Amino acid sequence: MTRKPIYDQPDLDGFFGRFGGSFISETLAQAVEELHAAYRRYRDDPAFITEFEEELADYVGRPSPVYYARRLSEETGGARIFLKREDLNHTGAHKINNVIGQAMLARRMGKRRIIAETGAGQHGVATATICARYGLECVIYMGSVDIERQRPNVQRMALLGATVVPVTAGSRTLKDAMNDAIRDWVTNVDNTFYLIGSVAGMHPYPTMVRDFQTVIGRECLTQMPVLFKRLGMAKQHPDAVIACVGGGSNAIGIFHPYIEHEGVRLIGVEAAGLGLDTGRHAASIQRGSPGVLHGSRSLILQDDNGQVRETHSISAGLDYPGVGPEHAWLHEIGRAEYVGATDDEALSAFHRLSRVEGIIPALEASHAVAHALKLAASLPREQAILVNLSGRGDKDMETVMARRDSGGQP
Amino acid sequence: MSRLDTTFPRLRQQGRKALIPYVTAGHPDADITPALMHVLVEAGADVIELGVPFSDPSADGPTIQAASEEALRRGIGLQQVFDQVRRFRESDIDTPVVLMGYANPIERYDLLRQPGAFAADAAAAGVDGVLVVDYPPEVSGDLAAQLRRHGIDLIFLLAPTSTERRIRQIAERADGYVYCVSVKGVTGTTTLDIAQVRDTLARIRQHVRIPVGVGFGIRDAGTAREIAQVADAVVIGSWLIESLAGKPAAEALAAASDLIRDVRRQLDKDAPEQDQAFKTEYSKP
Ligand SMILES: Cc1ncc(COP(=O)(O)O)c(C=O)c1O
Repeated sequence: MTRKPIYDQPDLDGFFGRFGGSFISETLAQAVEELHAAYRRYRDDPAFITEFEEELADYVGRPSPVYYARRLSEETGGARIFLKREDLNHTGAHKINNVIGQAMLARRMGKRRIIAETGAGQHGVATATICARYGLECVIYMGSVDIERQRPNVQRMALLGATVVPVTAGSRTLKDAMNDAIRDWVTNVDNTFYLIGSVAGMHPYPTMVRDFQTVIGRECLTQMPVLFKRLGMAKQHPDAVIACVGGGSNAIGIFHPYIEHEGVRLIGVEAAGLGLDTGRHAASIQRGSPGVLHGSRSLILQDDNGQVRETHSISAGLDYPGVGPEHAWLHEIGRAEYVGATDDEALSAFHRLSRVEGIIPALEASHAVAHALKLAASLPREQAILVNLSGRGDKDMETVMARRDSGGQP
Repeated sequence: MSRLDTTFPRLRQQGRKALIPYVTAGHPDADITPALMHVLVEAGADVIELGVPFSDPSADGPTIQAASEEALRRGIGLQQVFDQVRRFRESDIDTPVVLMGYANPIERYDLLRQPGAFAADAAAAGVDGVLVVDYPPEVSGDLAAQLRRHGIDLIFLLAPTSTERRIRQIAERADGYVYCVSVKGVTGTTTLDIAQVRDTLARIRQHVRIPVGVGFGIRDAGTAREIAQVADAVVIGSWLIESLAGKPAAEALAAASDLIRDVRRQLDKDAPEQDQAFKTEYSKP
């Protein structure tokens, strides 16, 4: 990799334009500096890179396939839809890519205790999994609301030997779990590594997590041409890449390698909840404003007093009032577009993909599928849409069944 | 020149240490704050730290979190805080007031008005210092300049984990006093280690020439006295807030008064004999 990348963000202080940075209390400064030093040291270390690649291959099962959803595409009757199958990774979501990278760093830093926040529980499960594999102590912070709606994942974490700490402050969801994880970190800095699950938080997390997740998009760069050739389509890249955006890690993971391919539309799908204009959503980019939360400046949902607002989404993994700073930046420079999918649209896509392709997607990923279905219908057959299917839906059975029982979807 | 710049030299002359209570604005009751501030001063406070409530106070423990959440439910934002300081200033023009809070409400305040609005309005209300928990020196340049223009000090935290490089960096920028966090942890911690505080203070004083206060985890008057023997100021936060929580106004004021009076007595045991005129200053009703 000698060619200077066209897209070269963030700057040395972790800023993507006016977003990003490191807005932390002095009590955390040393821990963050230590992490940063370790990351700088190992990110280009050949032994580190080799080990990371081996872990991804042997333990996660990478590369994950790209699957042409033929029936779904034909039924929709427009552009062809391709699914990047992150749901097939060990532990069932993209989260594990980043977890392995950070856990490898933690080991090299001599930190024996790992803490993490989780919303949907996918990041918590991935973290508990790696801690089991590496023999590290694992403490997961999870909002009590999320514990209720993602029970199977709570059970998995316990089974893997992690301690799940219920968080009852604030809105009792992901953002509050993150606050408590930060408090734990400040208190136990000496032996503890904070393993953040998305491209949010203070510098260098947004960059580091992105770097560990870009394996998704890099694989697509080589997989798509093969598929196109097989299907007799004369193209190298998809016309659009779609991913759901909570904190934004699966989205940046698949977007990033495509940023410099300017013909490729990058579309992030936020949780529109009950509707973008109901105030009951988690669309930080479309309805948020600049603010500082969890250590970085980004777009956040807040009131006029600068208090962070409660969010709503049917999917715990998207129920977050902020977004990774790089997405705020990509939005500002217009390189990526951000749209919404409502709870109902996501549910409908959830059922549709299950019935038509035999793939049960996570509710988070269902948001991306929902938008892909809309977009595909409006485009010609020659066009290709690549969707990051960020996770599988086993964890969401309770939520989906409860909806069905209350007269929702079939 | 802020009121802080006269308070500390005066105390030093008297051979006394500063007592700095921290209360969350709008706690335990929306309107109590100006009265509470007066009571604290009457009981012997030298500086008042007023917490600006924030929805995500990630450097605070359960006590201040709860106080903050309560205040938010009562609709306390920066405008209300300024109003409370203004009302306090109607009958106290001497005691320095330091706002302590998080970056986002301040940034929002300026974004909805104009750059520098926070600093201007804080000054107009009678604020002397501002401590922004999640503004490290690297990102505080603009705010520092705006505050300086209005004679307000930007106050910084230092921690047991602060490296010499960071201590030096903060020493170059800090005004008023430096707030030394006693422990690795959030506010309200119960395990303060005096030896560690001594060690941290020694490292800080190699570079910091302005007064150094110590806070986080001071939960009894005896510890306050021990800390005051090595620091220039002691900050009492969670302990005070716990003593107010859930109480009706009159009881809360009485509890605050008792607590601060007790700490003051302990601190002044180490002060040189005072003349009569000085003593009466603190027994003012
Ligand atoms: C399957 C899945 N997709 C997406 C997300 C959202 O996170 P991010 O936006 O960081 O990819 C989560 C978070 O828990 C998830 O579990």
